[in-house]
Amino acid sequence: MSSATIQYNTRSDYRKRKNRLFYWLVIAMSAITVSPILLIVYKLIIQGYKQINWSFFTKVAPNTLEAMTANAQGEVIPGGILNGITGTFLIVVMAAIIAIPVGIMIGLFLYENQGKRFASIVRDISDILQGVPSIVLGLIAYMWVVKPVTHGFSALAGSVALAIMMLPLIIRSTEETMKMIPTSLKEAGLALGVPYYKVILRVLIPTGFSGLSTGILLAISRIIGETAPLMLTTLGSSAVNWDVTKPTSAIPLLVWEFYNDPNMANLIWSSSLFLMGFVLVLNIISKRIAAKQNR
Amino acid sequence: MKSDKIFKYLLFSASFLVIIVAAGMVFTLSSGAIPAFKEFGLKFIISNQWNPTEGRESYGALPFIAGTVITSVIALLLCIPLAFSTSLFIAEYFYKKRVAMFLSTMVDLLAGIPSIVYGLWGFYVLRPFIVELGLSPQGYGIFTASLILAIMIIPYATSLSSEIISMVPNDLKEAAYAMGATRLEVIFNVILPNARSGIFASFILAFGRALGETMAVTMLIGNSNIVPTGLFQTGNTMASVIANQFGEADGLKLSSLIAIGLILFVITGLINAIGKLIIKKLA
Repeated sequence: MSSATIQYNTRSDYRKRKNRLFYWLVIAMSAITVSPILLIVYKLIIQGYKQINWSFFTKVAPNTLEAMTANAQGEVIPGGILNGITGTFLIVVMAAIIAIPVGIMIGLFLYENQGKRFASIVRDISDILQGVPSIVLGLIAYMWVVKPVTHGFSALAGSVALAIMMLPLIIRSTEETMKMIPTSLKEAGLALGVPYYKVILRVLIPTGFSGLSTGILLAISRIIGETAPLMLTTLGSSAVNWDVTKPTSAIPLLVWEFYNDPNMANLIWSSSLFLMGFVLVLNIISKRIAAKQNR
Repeated sequence: MKSDKIFKYLLFSASFLVIIVAAGMVFTLSSGAIPAFKEFGLKFIISNQWNPTEGRESYGALPFIAGTVITSVIALLLCIPLAFSTSLFIAEYFYKKRVAMFLSTMVDLLAGIPSIVYGLWGFYVLRPFIVELGLSPQGYGIFTASLILAIMIIPYATSLSSEIISMVPNDLKEAAYAMGATRLEVIFNVILPNARSGIFASFILAFGRALGETMAVTMLIGNSNIVPTGLFQTGNTMASVIANQFGEADGLKLSSLIAIGLILFVITGLINAIGKLIIKKLA
């Protein structure tokens, strides 16, 4: 009897010890998981802050020679990333103009047709579109816009690639937002004899506004750092360009150019820091909006 | 109510656009790939020759298919223990606690880092580290690329897994605790069997992400057009070869790159469809 009890105790100890061990293992693994973001942000700040000054935002990217001279004299590289900032702005705004209205309309359609066959096919295809690698979207935009429409690399082609990337995100967030709105609101409008389209425009969209804007901001933060599709479509440009049919630069494209030019090494970090900071701010704003809505 | 009809018609035709875009993508990629498949036939997929020399041009996608699959599988294997632990942290051990919220925000931020920034960090921090460890003279290669890919796909696996783990009914867990089970036993005997297919789906979707990643891999894999035979050998993936060689491509080479894009499109599409199907069955 006593020996059985002892055995039971050791067995129980063993189980408890294993339990404890696993607990610490989970904590350790989780710490490993988050460490890259801290390390990456640290590296970007340490290496990048020196180059961020007024001319960083007001001058276009320097050429190799300027950078080489500055490096040789131990100065900061002159010039900035103005052509990248304006290019990213142009490309992203155009992508948003293409994707947001259509995306919201499709999201509304899916919401209004829950459980219907056609709607579920559209939803599935949109999900699959979301998984298409961005480089493939670059190929597509090259063949849809660069070759037949603008007959050369252009900002428009980049926007088309990014718009296809954005579309499924907007569709999904619109549908999810609409689902969260109580149907009684919609029914109240309809019962008063308000036309269906007015219920959507005056009741559903204003009520779901914060949800919609969260989705839009997150979608923009997803596409703003995309490099691969832009390499195949907008190519890059050393001057500020506002013509949508001409090659245009973008911040991630500049990072790629700086990376390939040893003289520009110092500019890599500041441009990445700026890009990263922008993405973080978009993320935080959208989280704030979402949190306010939930409260 | 004429305006209502017009509005409904408008929404319907917008939805049709999704189908047109998807069908158009398949059509464009296929027609662009025709010259390559006409020239090489099915050998395009199994040939390991990538020779752009004029007059003796020969293109095969095997090195890139192999590179993509190998890097993604290794990335997935590295990602599984980390993502699983993190989702347990968020959805079980510290569920709804402040520290779990913090961790899940951090993981979300990880998803927000642009691919090219991962590439830079991999190039300037991870690669020298690999060299220092003496694993590879240059630090480029399959392993380095897989490591960065693993970090990149962790957020996708974690966010879905933790959602699924948090949905396991409390009654089940409490029943097990009442029987004297430890937390570890609850995790492996109650949570895991219940959340198994959802967690599986989240890893499949993360795998799909890894297949298509471009910039970070391009910067770290070493870009050699051979079928990799070792962990620390250089290679190339489908996405990275398109990014690398597109600039100077025309004619048959361009068509071959588009064909590689088509293969990548089909593979990622299938993987994603499988993942979504599993999730759909759960709901």
